[in-house]
Amino acid sequence: MEKKDNTNVKMTVIEANKSGKYYWRDLWTYRELFIFLAWRDILVRYKQTIIGVAWSILRPVITMIVLTVIFGKLAGLPSENIPYPILVYSALLPWNFFANSFSEGSNSLIANSNMLSKIYFPRIIVPTSTIVVNILDTAIAFLILFVLMIYYNYFPTMNIVFMPLFFIIALVTTLGASYFISALNVKYRDFRFVVPFIVQFGLYISPVGFASTNIPENFRLLYYLNPMAGVIDGFRWSLLRTDQELFIPGIALAILMSLVIFTIGLSYFRKTEKEFADVI
Amino acid sequence: MSSNHNNKIDNNILGDQTVIKVEKLSKKYILGAKASSSFRELLNTKVKSLTKSRKSNQEKENEFWAVKDVTFNVNDGERLGIIGRNGAGKSTILKMLSRITEPTSGRISISGRVASLLEVGTGFHPELTGRENIYLNGAILGMSRKEIKSKFDEIVSFAEVEKFLDTPVKRYSSGMYVRLAFAVAAHLEPEILIVDEVLAVGDAAFQKKCLGKMKDVSSNGRTVIFVSHNMGAIEQLCNRCILLDKGQIKMDSTDVRSVIKSYFNTLDNGNLPSEWMYDDSEINRNLLNEWFSPTRIAITDKNGKALNMPVSNDTDFYISISGSIKTIDPALTVGYAIYTADNQLLYWTYHTDTEEEKWPKFKQGNVTFISKLPKHLFNEGEYRIELISSLHWRKWLSEPGVTPAHINLSIQGGLSKSPYWMAKRPGMLGPIIEWDTRNDLVPGERRGIVEVG
Repeated sequence: MEKKDNTNVKMTVIEANKSGKYYWRDLWTYRELFIFLAWRDILVRYKQTIIGVAWSILRPVITMIVLTVIFGKLAGLPSENIPYPILVYSALLPWNFFANSFSEGSNSLIANSNMLSKIYFPRIIVPTSTIVVNILDTAIAFLILFVLMIYYNYFPTMNIVFMPLFFIIALVTTLGASYFISALNVKYRDFRFVVPFIVQFGLYISPVGFASTNIPENFRLLYYLNPMAGVIDGFRWSLLRTDQELFIPGIALAILMSLVIFTIGLSYFRKTEKEFADVI
Repeated sequence: MSSNHNNKIDNNILGDQTVIKVEKLSKKYILGAKASSSFRELLNTKVKSLTKSRKSNQEKENEFWAVKDVTFNVNDGERLGIIGRNGAGKSTILKMLSRITEPTSGRISISGRVASLLEVGTGFHPELTGRENIYLNGAILGMSRKEIKSKFDEIVSFAEVEKFLDTPVKRYSSGMYVRLAFAVAAHLEPEILIVDEVLAVGDAAFQKKCLGKMKDVSSNGRTVIFVSHNMGAIEQLCNRCILLDKGQIKMDSTDVRSVIKSYFNTLDNGNLPSEWMYDDSEINRNLLNEWFSPTRIAITDKNGKALNMPVSNDTDFYISISGSIKTIDPALTVGYAIYTADNQLLYWTYHTDTEEEKWPKFKQGNVTFISKLPKHLFNEGEYRIELISSLHWRKWLSEPGVTPAHINLSIQGGLSKSPYWMAKRPGMLGPIIEWDTRNDLVPGERRGIVEVG
């Protein structure tokens, strides 16, 4: 008797509490769906708007103007000889990325509830793919930073090569937070109301409108428990010519916290995702 | 055995022929744990569970086994129909087979690529164009981009939307939308296809086209699992049928017709009344909608008074359908479907079966449709009349085969005035057909008959 050949037949065994068995295989199988969902979000983003993609520039620019006026002009906070608009804008890039991705990611499962209850696919694709369109938005918004730099005749140093590293910390934080809240949102819609609050609150406790040197020395470590504070510092350090040394313990703490958030978010998501279709 | 190297059936570790093996499958839902339970409830129960034992009695009472200990195998190339009343567990089984929801216990083993179609147009985005939605929907259904690309033209021509490919689907008519959605799904080529009730969209002509496509799919030797309330479709499509009742298998046979028959037995439970009134039961609540919510259906005399069954075939009898309209939609159709006792559909009829100018103009409020039933058309016996109502092309409001709004028509006697035809004759119908008998024809015209005689 010849040995049976199973290579061309896909075997699947479905049992209670064994949904993780094919997780990574499925994730690979459904990679195109990830691309298509991201592509859909990109196509749909600015449909039926008059100014279209210009929104991804206009939104951060308006926020920048507001923050510059409030913190720079009215409060008169120090800026270490960096033009205040540039100081604010370089922080707004990662912050807006986090805020928008997190808001959309948290709602993404509910927004796609129809797909969840009718089709099988690794659910993690949904909150992950919403990040893609925001990466694109951030990239477009980046162009304005260079316009500002040219206007103020202010150019970055070689530190700019470290910028992607800080972006990755932001990405990991955002993914973790989105996984966690989007999964909670499926069952407890309360979190729909919590998210805007987190985002608004976060804008003020993160050093977006001001330099983090304004933070009193003895609160600093506590302050960097917010990983976005470290990310924003890192962005400023890599993009701007500042005398300030990078506060390494702060960055280390940010990396650690982002990994903690990511691990908690992912594991909660994995634990609850098999019930999504039943409770959504 | 060894010569079957290119035969995938033999390569399969489930054993000969079997592509799906379902063993003691069960699924439990906790009633009351609804979709958007609030965080406060969770906190409450968490606090309570600290003080009480883990599983309170109340929780056990709220348990509901949607599927309980279901075991069956599906062979390669089999076309299995699953039928049962609403809530019998059909959709839950399909959802477990397609991995949307996890079983509470039991095991399913599947060999081969599965595509499940629980709805047409899942993931369609109204802002995207037809072309974009074909790609998106295809990806959602599990097709690769290469696959979609190679079938693109076929899909477009099946859906008949060539001209509107670059128009956002939100501007499509509902008919076009449904056609496009089905066309994508119809071009899936998995080894195992799982289909839920998707044929219940569109009008009869489109349903026929879909059914034809489904037949093509299954005649290519693919395995199909098909859930439907449409017994006609089940009978045409399936070569095996499972009847579910309360989450368990009641019957499983390749004699599809007999399974369908016992389905109707579980459905009827004796005689149906000749008058149906809306009551606020769970099953009737499905009939509530803003366009036409039925309140009463009855077989009546000319004045709207309900007739006692059985009626004689030579009386004038009417069907009267009353209901209320909240939102006026020009696509509203109201009518009935009539079936024989062994569930053969005789006909559908709608109040819109005339030229458009003659259709009534509706106002909000109560409305009654009265239609004379044809005298001397039915045979003696029992008939089931179902309310059918829809927004044409778009949506069933009261769907044949599924609707709880149905009544019984029982005809006895009055078949004809002929002394030779007093009792029931064979045949689905018993019409009195007009005869013109002439005895004074010229010989030439009669020759044919004479020669035979």
